Amino acid sequence: MPQSQTLSGGFADPARQSAHAFRSVMEAMARPGSLHDITGAEPPASLSVATGAVLLTLCDTDTPVHLAGDADCATVRDWIAFHTGAPFCGPADCMFALGTWQALAPLSAFPTGTAQYPDRSATMIVEVPQLSASGATLTGPGIKDNASLSLPETRAFRDNHALFPLGLDFIFTSGSRLAALPRSTEVR
Amino acid sequence: MTDYNFAYLDEQTKRMIRRAILKGLAIPGYQVPFASREMPMPYGWGTGGIQVSAAVLTPEDRFKVIDQGADDTTNAVSIRTFFERTAGVKTTTATAEATVIQTRHRIPEAPLTEGQILVYQVPIPEPLRFLEPRESETRKMHSLEEYGLMHVKLYEDISRHGHIATSYAYPVKVEGRYVMDPSPIPKFDNPKLGDMAAIQLFGAGREQRIYALPPYTQVVSLDFEDHPFDPSRADHPCGLCGAEDSYLDEVIVDDAGGRMFVCSDTDYCSARQAAGHTGKDAA
Repeated sequence: MPQSQTLSGGFADPARQSAHAFRSVMEAMARPGSLHDITGAEPPASLSVATGAVLLTLCDTDTPVHLAGDADCATVRDWIAFHTGAPFCGPADCMFALGTWQALAPLSAFPTGTAQYPDRSATMIVEVPQLSASGATLTGPGIKDNASLSLPETRAFRDNHALFPLGLDFIFTSGSRLAALPRSTEVR
Repeated sequence: MTDYNFAYLDEQTKRMIRRAILKGLAIPGYQVPFASREMPMPYGWGTGGIQVSAAVLTPEDRFKVIDQGADDTTNAVSIRTFFERTAGVKTTTATAEATVIQTRHRIPEAPLTEGQILVYQVPIPEPLRFLEPRESETRKMHSLEEYGLMHVKLYEDISRHGHIATSYAYPVKVEGRYVMDPSPIPKFDNPKLGDMAAIQLFGAGREQRIYALPPYTQVVSLDFEDHPFDPSRADHPCGLCGAEDSYLDEVIVDDAGGRMFVCSDTDYCSARQAAGHTGKDAA
């Protein structure tokens, strides 16, 4: 990849753009299943705009990142390294993991936190082909009655919810859209 | 003001706080440790709340700060000015107009809506702290869901006073899992914690903890079947606006024992007065 591509595509106005991007992520995490637009990043073509913005907003030198499958390529590594400084690591040590649903399996490889520190768990950034408010039914904190979200499957999320208060938290990205599914959500 | 980064904190600090907020939302009621920074104000003046506000504010937000319900006390005025200067956000005293509300020890009387965020300033985030001083032990108690001690404390209240005498910072259980300190809000406000449309974030600066309640979360005040939770309220109407449903402050008005009861929520009270409601002490 030409160096110019590695060096470009970050936030032009980091403080304000990351503030907006974070509000989208926070609203998504606080209201599981809700869809939000997130923009401002122009990551390499293999990553979605939403994934790029999430990485720029949440990752830095303190957050080991695991790249799964096709996401683990020089282009993506260079871009994340330049813009966030995040170190790369295996699934067992990561705070953030990035990849497609298939590439991230098996989920048992990722840290789910400890009984005394359930927050020390991985946040999974999952690139999905499309996101819509249909499919699996979600209930739990953040959801008034119930919500729907197009999840790649339901079994894995039920198993994850059963670990509560331990577990993984998911951010789904597609184009410039994102949705989230924390461990507290019950999936049917 | 361009000498500071937007909303005062540097970006790496904000990312650290933002990650803590997300984990807090994912595990409602659990206290997430965070690397609290020194702020240009002493501990106890809302350093936790101000860091959470700095991490969530966007330039388009409308910011409101209340201190025990009032918009015009020192703490509220100085924090509001702080973000006017460092974030350039518009501020307001009207609850309905605000998108981010930082609060010390009250929940506004007017119901909050889906677009709003309520940020609490928390002095002691650990509900078990006065029962067990060791953090290593309270962590263990939370992990084992071992909350018997808290029920013993409430029971001792009943045996000594005939009722549960805890009147503020009344402990709650979140989604049937974590016992949480709702910050020193009066227990009158406890019923508003659960099923709220707004996002609730709690920041404890000195104690370095952040926790959260997503919207529509189940929050139950601890009680006993034969001593059910009672969100008590002074048995008076507001002296200025006549409200009979608001939380009241008792104000001494002279040196001869004179006193009046007024709404603690100044915006609620003044809006009612503007709408023509008057109480018996209104001038």
